[in-house]
Amino acid sequence: MSRFSNLGHRLYQGEVSFDFVGRRKLWYSLSAVIVLVAALGLALGLKLGIEFEGGSVYTINKPGLTVSQAKGAADTILKDTSALVQSTDKGAIKIQVSAEEQLPAATFIAELSKDLNVTANEINAQVVGPSWGEEISKKALLGLVIFMVLVTIYLAIAFEWRMAIAALVALIHDLLITIGVYALVGFEVTPGTVIGFLTILGYSLYDTVVVFDTVKENAKGITRQNKRTFSEAANAGLNQTLVRSINTTVVALLPVAALLFIGGGLLGAGTLNDISLALFIGLAAGAYSSICVATPLYAQLKEMQPEMKTLAKKVAARRAADAKAEAERAASGEAEPAEGEEADDDETGIVGTRNQPVSRSRTKGRPSGKH
Amino acid sequence: MASPKSRPRDGYPGRALAFILVITVGLVALMFGTGHKTPRLGIDLAGGTSITLTAKSDNPSAINKTNMDTAVNILTKRVNAFGVSEAEVQTQGSNTIIVNIPNKDGDNEQAIKDIGQTAKLYFRPVLALAPTGALPTAPTASPSAGATPSASPSAGSSAAPVPPSSSPSATKAGRAVTDGLKADPTASPSAAATPSTAPSAPSAADMSAALTQGTVPPELQADFAKLDCSVQAQRLDYQTDPAKNTVACSFDADQKVWYKFALGPVAVEGKDIDKAIASFDTQQGAGWQVQLKFDDTGSKAFAATTGQLATQASPANQFAIVLDGKVVSHPYVSQSITGGNAVISGSFTQTEAKALANVLSFGALPLTFEMSDVTTVSPQLGGDQLKAGLVAGGIGMILVVLYSLVYYRGLGLVSIAGLVVSAALTYAIMSLLGAGIGFALNLPAVCGAIVAIGITADSFIVYFERIRDEVREGAPLRPAVQRAWPRARRTILVSDFVSFLCAAVLYLVSVGKVQGFAFTLGLTTALDVVVIFLFTKPLITLLARTKFFADGHKWSGLDPKRLGARPPVRGRRRTSASAAKEV
Repeated sequence: MSRFSNLGHRLYQGEVSFDFVGRRKLWYSLSAVIVLVAALGLALGLKLGIEFEGGSVYTINKPGLTVSQAKGAADTILKDTSALVQSTDKGAIKIQVSAEEQLPAATFIAELSKDLNVTANEINAQVVGPSWGEEISKKALLGLVIFMVLVTIYLAIAFEWRMAIAALVALIHDLLITIGVYALVGFEVTPGTVIGFLTILGYSLYDTVVVFDTVKENAKGITRQNKRTFSEAANAGLNQTLVRSINTTVVALLPVAALLFIGGGLLGAGTLNDISLALFIGLAAGAYSSICVATPLYAQLKEMQPEMKTLAKKVAARRAADAKAEAERAASGEAEPAEGEEADDDETGIVGTRNQPVSRSRTKGRPSGKH
Repeated sequence: MASPKSRPRDGYPGRALAFILVITVGLVALMFGTGHKTPRLGIDLAGGTSITLTAKSDNPSAINKTNMDTAVNILTKRVNAFGVSEAEVQTQGSNTIIVNIPNKDGDNEQAIKDIGQTAKLYFRPVLALAPTGALPTAPTASPSAGATPSASPSAGSSAAPVPPSSSPSATKAGRAVTDGLKADPTASPSAAATPSTAPSAPSAADMSAALTQGTVPPELQADFAKLDCSVQAQRLDYQTDPAKNTVACSFDADQKVWYKFALGPVAVEGKDIDKAIASFDTQQGAGWQVQLKFDDTGSKAFAATTGQLATQASPANQFAIVLDGKVVSHPYVSQSITGGNAVISGSFTQTEAKALANVLSFGALPLTFEMSDVTTVSPQLGGDQLKAGLVAGGIGMILVVLYSLVYYRGLGLVSIAGLVVSAALTYAIMSLLGAGIGFALNLPAVCGAIVAIGITADSFIVYFERIRDEVREGAPLRPAVQRAWPRARRTILVSDFVSFLCAAVLYLVSVGKVQGFAFTLGLTTALDVVVIFLFTKPLITLLARTKFFADGHKWSGLDPKRLGARPPVRGRRRTSASAAKEV
């Protein structure tokens, strides 16, 4: 664990740094491929639950009851063979009857309890109108749109529009991936799943906002120095928050995993599973997107600003000069460990607003651009 | 900054801690004091039946708050009519009504069936009627009372207040026909005066046959004879096919007697009523009446049927207004009523007239409900789901606690304490809300609460990591704790705001399960802010004063060495830090 802490420190100091922002093309293409696959899956169609198709589901909890017995009873009652009978993980028998049967649930339950010798109380029933799923989805979609608009406005005001756009792209990205996984794996989409999808909204943005906050802090007054470009500052911020991002994601995933594997496992498929499965996929996608999609995209948008372009030029010029000086120094035999200095620069850049030296008595690293 | 002088910068953590402890203890005490020790459980956890009804209408403006409230009132009456106590009927969102029926005696089927029948309002011609059940002995004495089946809501009549010009608009067929009937609506209710029927009301013995007025069509005879409206179980909606004859029940409130009816096919549908209002007839002093206005289709059908009915002899000259299979009124018709306007007059009280107008309006909206989702959960499954949710929540909590302890060591204890406070607050508030606003904890809400464990822990992490960043910078713990706070605070507020926004939007636009989930999520997000401001931050401030944390004990989670500061640097930092202290 301490080694992990150490990594956290080295990431923070910039000794170890993953170039997330620089490799944006890699992430973009990776995301593009995933999203494409997800879209393909979507084109194949989602497996919609009974809430979307309409019909009724009866669940019977009776030890020793076999699928064929239940099927026989259902067929007798319905006078056809249309009922779908399955056993669930927990050993219960699930009978699914399509909406076309037009048989009142009460009648069906009464008949079932007679035929299978179970009390009506032991039969759980759900009857759904065919448009209920549509109704829920419509509302979910409405919620999605309202939320996106509001959050975009909020981010644009609290931060800036570029962040809002980047966050929004990351959000859509997460949703697409999650829905795509559902389509590809063939998980059933239920209202519970829709809840899960909607929660991803908040979560995905939560992650992104945490990262953006540091990036913003890091890039404060960036135009007043010439040591690093915006992308580099953003990447440094990303690396500093990497451990935090990983931790928050892990901690967020743990309860969801408990819900998914333990809660769901105890009951078999159900609302618990539906919500947590969507959340689990969405959270993982959200962590990835906040690091590999949102921030690089934000940096890219930012680099388009004229002042950032100027900065990039200044940095390049300074680096060229430094390299030249370095080369000269090396030629004259002076060996100054350039690396340590670099680390210091990063650090002071981060400290930014601090107006009192905390610890270092070395004066070299104080950037002139500090205020 | 690191000097002892900076002490006020720590704020007064003790006060904040005392404050939140008082709040927590107060809420928990209130919870026990009021006796609401557990959250109210939703149907999916407690067992029972939950019915979701969605309003459907071709006219979107018809789905408005007033109409929804009327619907809730009617549904509540219906559910309660079947003796299901503790059933709750509430609107959710703009067009949804949720009916929750707890699993009491396991016999909710009738209630479900009854609720499922959305308010169907029909006008059907009366073919025959008869009192049923045990008649009070009195009726024999008062033949006049026999008139009452029709007497109360006696006559229907009308006139068309057709717009003066009654412009040559042939488009409105109803109106075109009415030209001849321009009479003042109130002038013509001549018919109102004639409650003609007078059943001879013989002895109570076998009145079913003896008291029957009119002719029961052959195919209904068996049903009609069998029907005993005084038996609740038989008071069903027999209107399976609008095009066929049927039977129905009606209660005469004046006589306290149930009547049964043989009715003809549906002549006019309730949805063809434009509006119905109760008004007081000032001109004739006839008292309260209900004015009806039909739409084009309704006008035509009404005109045709009234024309025909007027020629019939009693009781076949009556129009039964049937709501959900029950005759609510059966006024006479003495003449063809064209023009789409009609008045039902009789000895109404104001309340009666308004109630009838409500019923008519309700059917007329046309606001129909579709049973979107009916879920019946056995108490056993409900209990299982609750258990699964609790187990999952417990294990999730333990996992988070373990992770915090392993990764944050001493600080992990702080996050555990924070989670405990948060959980206590959430539980107490949920329990109190159950009593206060009827909040019911359902399965998605449990999920929301479990997911919230992650959100709460995330806030701690954001703050801890910032403190650790400061320590990495070489700051001693106390200033580090203070310096980390403003930035951690902003991050937490911003991200919590986003979460809360999400929950709020979800809550406002969604229904049912989604709403329960959103509510919990919003509540816990708000509590997260409270806990981090009033509990975590002050607690850490206090702990930073202890030697264990301030010196970066290796189990404190703030050991500078473990955080990776390289020894030489650290040594120097230490010196400078202590030097700073001496300033």
